[in-house]
Amino acid sequence: MRFRPAGPAAVLVEVDSLAQVRALYARIEAERAAGWAAGLADVVPAARTILLDGVADRAALQRDLQSWEVEPDPPASGAVTEIACRYDGPDLAAVAAQWGVPPGDVAAVHGALEHEVAFCGFSPGFPYIAGLGGGREVARRDSPRPAVPPGSVGVGGEYTGIYPRASPGGWQIIGHTDAVMWDPAREPAALLQPGDRVRFIDVGP
Amino acid sequence: MTAGGERAIRVRRPGALTTIQDCGRPGYAHLGVPRSGALDAPAHHRANRLAGNPPGAAVLETTLTGAAVTAECDVTAAVTGAAATVTVDGQPTAPDAAIRLRAGQVLDIGPARPGVRCYVAFSGGLAVPRVLGSASADLLSGLGPARLAAGDVLPLGPAGDHGPAAGQAAPGETAPGPAGAARAGTALAGCRLGELAAATPGEAGTGTGQHEPAALLIHPGPRLDWLAEPGLAALAGSRWTVSPHSNRVALRLAGEPVRRRRGELASEGLVTGGIQVPPDGQLVLFLADHPTTGGYPVVAVLDPASLPACAQARPGTIVSFRLA
Repeated sequence: MRFRPAGPAAVLVEVDSLAQVRALYARIEAERAAGWAAGLADVVPAARTILLDGVADRAALQRDLQSWEVEPDPPASGAVTEIACRYDGPDLAAVAAQWGVPPGDVAAVHGALEHEVAFCGFSPGFPYIAGLGGGREVARRDSPRPAVPPGSVGVGGEYTGIYPRASPGGWQIIGHTDAVMWDPAREPAALLQPGDRVRFIDVGP
Repeated sequence: MTAGGERAIRVRRPGALTTIQDCGRPGYAHLGVPRSGALDAPAHHRANRLAGNPPGAAVLETTLTGAAVTAECDVTAAVTGAAATVTVDGQPTAPDAAIRLRAGQVLDIGPARPGVRCYVAFSGGLAVPRVLGSASADLLSGLGPARLAAGDVLPLGPAGDHGPAAGQAAPGETAPGPAGAARAGTALAGCRLGELAAATPGEAGTGTGQHEPAALLIHPGPRLDWLAEPGLAALAGSRWTVSPHSNRVALRLAGEPVRRRRGELASEGLVTGGIQVPPDGQLVLFLADHPTTGGYPVVAVLDPASLPACAQARPGTIVSFRLA
C-alpha cells in the first residue's frame, strides 16, 4: 500500500492488483458505515488505486489504513444483479476470434464468467465490471466509434461495460440490454455500484 | 408577471452561457458523477449572504457577457464575482451590495471586465428541481437544469426563511424533463470560452487587462514522479497562457511543454484542481465539472485558495505557479 498525496485534502492509495482494490474498498466502505472518517466527501476506487477526497488529517488516516488487516481477496458479497443481454453486437466476431471460439459461443463464455463491478467512471452510471481476467481479456477497437447507443454491452481489457447513454466508445460491443443503467430520479441512481455482482443472462440475439 | 404573484424571475437575455449553480454533488464520484457547482465558490457564497440566503443556495453563474432578468416579484438580488456594470432599469447600482428589485424591474449584468463569471443571487434562492441533491448544471455529464434561454421563468424559494439549502431535496423534486435534457445535451459541446466569446458580437475573448501574471499555488500531486525533472521546481518557475479551449471542465494552459515520463497509467480518481500532463506536455487544470477519473498523470494539485482565480481567468491570461 503506497500513499500518494493529491493536494492538501486528498490522498491516492495505490495497491498492486484489482483484487487488493476490491478488498480495501470493501473495508473502507464498511468502516465509513460505522462512522470512520466522517469528513470524507468522496471515495473513488479505480483499477489500482482508491482516491480519498476530503481528508482532514492525512497522517492519521494513513495510520488507520495501514493498521487494518485487509483480507487479500474476500469472497464476493455484493448484491447480484441479472442483466438480460442480447448478444447481437457488431464486434461479436472480433471478440470470438480473440477468444478462439465460434461467434455463437461468445454468449455462453461471457455468461459463464463471474462478474463484479470494480468501479464506475467515464460517465454517470458507467460500470467497469471485472470478470475477463485470467485469459479472457479483450483488446480494444483500433479506432473508437463516435457514437455507441445506450444499453450497449462492451468489453475491453479485463472489463465488461454497459453504456448508460449514447457516447463515443472504444470497447468491443458484444450485445445490448434494455436495463436502465442510470436514472437520477431513482435511488440509487446507478443500477450497478462498486462491489455489486453481475450475472449476464443470454436472451437471444 | 406570473399569475398570483409567484416568486420568480424571467430571463430576458441569457448571455453567452448562464447556468444555475450551487455547491454541486459531492459524494457521487464513485458512480462517475462529477462534483460540479459554482466555479468561484467564495463569490457564490458572498452573493448569497448579500441577498440574505444561506451560502450554498442556488444562483446564476454568467460567462463573459453577463445576462439580464426581469423580476416577477419584489426581490433582493446581489451580483458578485467578475467586475461588471450592473444596472436596474438602466441605472447603475453600487457593486457588491444588496439590490432591491421591484416586480417588473430589469436587472442587467454587463460583460465581465476583467474576469469571466458573475454570480447572481436572489432572496429565497433559485428553486429549480434538484438532481442528486443539487441544482447545479453539470456541463460534462448533462446532469441538472439546462443552460438559461430567453423567456425561461425560474421560480424562487420563499424569502426570509433562507430558502432551500443545498443538499436538501425540494418538494416535487424530479429528473430533468425531455426538453431540459435536450437542451442540457447541447451544453455537451463543451462551452469553451473561446467559442462563447467568438459567438458574441463585440466580445474579443482575450484582452485580459492584467498587469501581473496570476500566481497560482500548487501542492505535489499523486504522480509528481512522472515529471522528467524531480520535484515541482521546474513547474513553479514556468509561465502559462490560458487557452480559449478552457471551460467549466478544465482550464487548459499552453506553454513550454513539460517533460514527463513516457508510458501509460491506469485511470485513477481525480480531484478538483488536479493538474494533468498529457503526452504533449501542455497542462489541464481540472475545475468543478471534471471527469471523476482520468489516465494522464496528475503531477500537481492547485491549492483551493487559487481556484477562484482560475474561475475568473480569461483566455490569454498569463499564469505562473508557486509552491504552496
